[in-house]
Amino acid sequence: MIKVLNAGFYSCIQDFGRIGYQHYGVPVSGVMDKRAASVANALVGNEKRAAVMEITMSGPKLKFENNTTIAITGAIMNPSVNGKPITNNKCLSIKQGDVLSFGRLESGFRCYLAVSGGFQTQEVLGSRSMYKTITPFQSIEKQGVLKINFGIRVNEQRFSGLRVDDTYFESSDIEVLPGPEFTFLSEVQKEKLFTSKFTISKENNRMGYQLNETVANDLKQILTSPVIPGTVQLTPSGKLIILMRDCQTTGGYPRVLQLTDSGINTLAQKYTGKTINFRLKA
Amino acid sequence: MTYELKYIPYGEQAILVEWPQRIDILILNDIVAFKSKVIHSELGNLQSLNHGYASLSISYKNENFDFSSEVKLLKEIYKSSKARKIYKRQSWKIPVCYDTHFGIDLEILSREKQLQIDDIITKHCASIYTVFFIGFLPGFLYLGGLDSALFTPRRATPRLKIKKGSVAIGGEQTGIYPMESPGGWHIIGNCPINFFDSSKSEPCFANAGDSLKFYPVSIQEYEDIKVLVDAGVYQIESEVLYD
Repeated sequence: MIKVLNAGFYSCIQDFGRIGYQHYGVPVSGVMDKRAASVANALVGNEKRAAVMEITMSGPKLKFENNTTIAITGAIMNPSVNGKPITNNKCLSIKQGDVLSFGRLESGFRCYLAVSGGFQTQEVLGSRSMYKTITPFQSIEKQGVLKINFGIRVNEQRFSGLRVDDTYFESSDIEVLPGPEFTFLSEVQKEKLFTSKFTISKENNRMGYQLNETVANDLKQILTSPVIPGTVQLTPSGKLIILMRDCQTTGGYPRVLQLTDSGINTLAQKYTGKTINFRLKA
Repeated sequence: MTYELKYIPYGEQAILVEWPQRIDILILNDIVAFKSKVIHSELGNLQSLNHGYASLSISYKNENFDFSSEVKLLKEIYKSSKARKIYKRQSWKIPVCYDTHFGIDLEILSREKQLQIDDIITKHCASIYTVFFIGFLPGFLYLGGLDSALFTPRRATPRLKIKKGSVAIGGEQTGIYPMESPGGWHIIGNCPINFFDSSKSEPCFANAGDSLKFYPVSIQEYEDIKVLVDAGVYQIESEVLYD
């Protein structure tokens, strides 16, 4: 068990999402940065889709009620165990009673905590990913208790600390493919999309990222049609909305671009005020 | 009847299939039939399907799927004449309490439309609605078939909180809010039935292609149904539709 002493800004349990229920209007959900979450799971010997804690902007304070093994990946938030600094991308033994806390956010925006065996919070419709109205909780709460498995499956001596390429945190390149309505854009609109810098607005969360700059838009709305995480919608006012993992399942705005999974991972590590540019995948 | 379909790559592991872009029950039936054929085909790496009014997205497990060979398979499946009845369509009877206690916009609507409240209720209950698809919220049905006399533009300012079960009219559509949500539609009543239950493997009882009819109940009947629903023993009245 893990006891939540302090919840931090926004932390939730996520796996690779709720697949196959979109025709009931159920969002996919799942970790925002699949790459970082997969590395955390691999370090503690879990299957890459196991449930991890996704920690956004500022970390929680957690007390472990049993021995386990953990790994932290993704954003650098200066974590420590019992006040002693630890590093990301390393498999660590945790003893009963240890307290994990986090400090200042240094780079990236979301970090991932994996525990041996994965978090064992309630599975609903094939996934433990927290989502309001589907799982009992939408984020972890102070005084809450999170179930984890007993036992340690990995010998930490096997790893000296993984060298992980985290340069994507600082990269402004967001990899995209053409979206279904891309072909309706004019050459001027296409050029604007690929040569402009866009700034992330304060409207950014697990459902979507809105961008500040606009692209003059004369496209008609579309008949409500499926959308998926990573879809870039062009709204009538010319604003761009990038749908993220918790997005709705259908939408009526033209889908001009589509982020690749790698593009979603990169964007997930960015926040208000950061600039990005779209780069077409070769 | 078959349509000229367009197959468009959608992201790294999905294909979007497009029908002629219009709201049409014949197109809906074709989408539902195609979807059913795809599910029952031998496509090994199929992950999930989702559709809107005139499009179907098909996503695959394997990121390295080959778009053109998958499209070729889909075209064969679409043309296959195996018209097995592998899905059943149902017609649901849905109780709604139109008391102004719930129907907080009925009076405004009555003035705007120059219709008695009873006429609004009669018209709302007279239509047979078609479930085109589920979207917007888990368990939110996109229903076609609203009487044009009830078409009403959405509220200028959406409400931040609309009660679970609210039955509403927005533009040319009507719908039921399966859970509390913000929304800009006009609220005319409340339905005691759950449209989304995440503890069930089929979390919404209705499916695209089904039809639905509303009938009015009093506040007392509403409360009685609610008790049965909360106890998990309420049976929604339904009939299987045969073509």
